[in-house]
Amino acid sequence: MQALYAQLLVGLINGSFYALLSLGLAVIFGMLNIINFAHGALYMMGAFCAYFLLHLTGIGYWWALIIAPIVVGIFGMILERTMLQWLAGLDHLYGLLLTFGIALIVQGVFQNYFGSSGLPYAIPDYPEVGGFRGLQGGMNLGFMFLPIYRGWVVVFSLVVCLATWFLIEKTRLGANLRAATENPTLVRAFGINVPRMITLTYGLGVGLAALAGVLSAPINQVRPLMGADLIIVVFAVVVIGGMGSIMGSIITGFALGVIEGLTKYFYPEASNTVVFVLMVLVLLVKPTGLTGRAA
Amino acid sequence: MKHRISALFLGTALALAAGSAVAQDKTVKIGVLTDNSGLYSDLGGAGSTVAAQMAVEDSGLAAKGWKIDIVSADHQNKPDIGTTVARQWIDVDKVDIFVDVLNSGVALAVNNLVKEKNAIMINTGAATSDLTNTQCSPNTIHWVYDTYMLANSTGQALVKAGGDTWYFLTADYAFGHALERDTSAVVTKSGGKVIGTVRHPLNSSDFSSFLLQAQASKAKIIGMANAGGDTTNTIKQAAEFGIVSGGQKLAGLLLFINDVHSLGLKVAQGLNFTETFYWDLNDGTRAFSKRFSERMKNKAMPSMVQAGVYSGLIHYFKTIDAMGGNPHDGVKVVAKMKETPTDDPLFGKGTIRADGRKLHPAYLFEVKKPSESKGPWDYYKLIGTTPGEQAFRPLSESACPLVKK
Repeated sequence: MQALYAQLLVGLINGSFYALLSLGLAVIFGMLNIINFAHGALYMMGAFCAYFLLHLTGIGYWWALIIAPIVVGIFGMILERTMLQWLAGLDHLYGLLLTFGIALIVQGVFQNYFGSSGLPYAIPDYPEVGGFRGLQGGMNLGFMFLPIYRGWVVVFSLVVCLATWFLIEKTRLGANLRAATENPTLVRAFGINVPRMITLTYGLGVGLAALAGVLSAPINQVRPLMGADLIIVVFAVVVIGGMGSIMGSIITGFALGVIEGLTKYFYPEASNTVVFVLMVLVLLVKPTGLTGRAA
Repeated sequence: MKHRISALFLGTALALAAGSAVAQDKTVKIGVLTDNSGLYSDLGGAGSTVAAQMAVEDSGLAAKGWKIDIVSADHQNKPDIGTTVARQWIDVDKVDIFVDVLNSGVALAVNNLVKEKNAIMINTGAATSDLTNTQCSPNTIHWVYDTYMLANSTGQALVKAGGDTWYFLTADYAFGHALERDTSAVVTKSGGKVIGTVRHPLNSSDFSSFLLQAQASKAKIIGMANAGGDTTNTIKQAAEFGIVSGGQKLAGLLLFINDVHSLGLKVAQGLNFTETFYWDLNDGTRAFSKRFSERMKNKAMPSMVQAGVYSGLIHYFKTIDAMGGNPHDGVKVVAKMKETPTDDPLFGKGTIRADGRKLHPAYLFEVKKPSESKGPWDYYKLIGTTPGEQAFRPLSESACPLVKK
C-alpha cells in the first residue's frame, strides 16, 4: 500500500510536465489553430538555455526560470512572425508540417554540436534556508523519500497552470484574445491589434514549453532529443483532454501522469503504451476529447 | 592443325585474362549500420564512420590498388529497418562487410541475413552474448564486449565485495534480457541472490517509479541492465531519490565513456563497471584517440564501440590484403581472419575463436572523483584486468554449433 502512495505521487510529478506542455499546446491550438509540433524542440531549447546560462555566464537556476522562457519565447515569436503567420486560414496540415520540420532542424542542429547523451545540470543548491540547501536533498514522508526538487516541480507547475488558465479565461486580455479567435475582423474593428496579440500568444505558449524545459533540466539530462521523446505523449494528452481546452489539458495532464505511474507499478512493460490505449478509447467514445467542444 | 593451335592459344590467353581479372578484384564496400540519431548515437553513430575512415586511411590499402568505399545508414534501433537497409546494401549496393551494428535486437536480425547472403559482420556495438552462442554464425565476429563478459567481470567483483542481493532494472528488449540473464547466472554462481526485477520500455525518460520499486526491495545492489540515455537517467534519478545515500549500490552493467561524460563526475563518481577500451590506457590508445577526437564535431573521445570499428577493420584489411584480392566470399574471409592472430594499438594482441568471439582483456574501472580528474574525459581509474580467455564465455559452456567438442 505504501508503495502505491509513492507511485501516485511520482505519477503526479510526471503529470506536472505533461500538464505544462499540453497547456502550451492547448493555448496555441485554441488561439492560433496551429498544431505546434515544434513544442518538444522548444522545450528542449528551454533546458539548453538554462544550461548555457549556467555554464557560460554563471547565471543559476532561479534566474533561468525567468530568462529561458523569455529568450525561447522571443525565438518563438520570430518563428511566428516570419513563417507561421503566413499559414493562417490554411489547412491544419500545413502548420503541422512546418512546425514538424522546424523541430527536426532544431534537434538536428543541437545533436550535431552536443551529441545525443546530453549534458549535466545540477539541482540548485542555493539559497540556504534553515537546514535546506536550495532544492537539494529530500524529505522522508514515511511511505517514500520525496526529493524536494520533485515536490517543487508539482507545486510550481500547478501555480503556473492555474495562472495561465486565469489569464485566458478570467481577464479582459484573455477575453479579447478569445474574441479574436472567434472573429478577428470584428475585434480589429474595436481597435485591437490582432496580429500582435496572436504573436504574443504564441510566445506565451512557447514560453511555457521552455519553462517546462528548465524545470526538467535537473531531473533529466539536457539532451537534444528530450522533447522528441516526450512530445508524442503530450499530444495524446491534448487529444484526450480535448483540443484547445485549457482546463481540460491541465487536468488530463496530471491525471495521465498518475495513470502512467500506476501502470509502471502494476505492469511496467505497458507504461509507454497506456496513454495511447486511453487515447484510442476516448476517441472512440467521445471524439472531441473529455472536455472538448464540438468542432 | 594451325587453326587448332591458335584456338588453343586464344583459349589459354582468355582463361589467363579471366583468371587475372578475378585475382585483381580489389574492391570492397564497408557498411556502417548504426544508430545515427537516437539514444545510442554517441556510442556508435557518426563516430563509427569516422573510425572506419581512419582505418581505411591507416591500412595503406589504397596505395596497393584497393578501392574501398564506406556507406553509412541509420537503423533507428528498429530491427525491421536494420534488415531492410542491410538487404538493400547486400543485394543492390554490394556491401561486403557490416561494422558497428549496435543494438542487440538489430544485430540478431542482421546476423541471420548476413549468414544467408554470405556477407560479413564485425559486430562492435551489440551486447548480447547470443551472437557467439546459440546464434553464432560463420560470417560473424563479435569484437568488443558481450553480456557474458560484462556480467562475469562486474557481477563477480561486486558480489565478492559483499553485494549478495540483487534487484534488476532491465531494458525490455533482447539486450536487457540477455544482460539480466547472464548477470543473474554469475550472481547466483558466486553465492548471491536475485530478489526481483522490473522491466522498463527502451528509451524511457522517467525512472522514478522503477527506482522506488528497487528501493523497496531492499536489495544491496541495483543492477542496471540497460544502456545509453536509459542508464544515465537512472543514475541521475537514483541520486535524487537518495538510493545511494540510503545504502544501496548501483551497478552499471554497461556504461560507456560518453555516459560518464554526460553525467558529470559529481554524479558518476565511484561507479564500477567494465569496458575493453579506454582512450588513456597506453600510448597507442592515446595517439589514436587524439586523432579521433580532432575529427569529431563535439571533440568526443572514442567509445569502445567506435574503437572496435577501427580495430576490427584493421584486422579485416590485413586479412584481405594477405589473400590478394577477391574478398567477396564471407565465410572464407572470416575463416582466414580467425586463423590470423589480431594485433593493433587499440586492443593489443588477441585472437578470434571458432565461435566468432574476439578475445582481449577486460578492464574493471572505477569513475574518478572530481578532485582526481585532470579535465574533460579524464574519468577512469583501472582497478582490475581480466585476461581475454577468462573474461569471456569458455568454449566448454558454448552452445555454438561451430565449436567442435
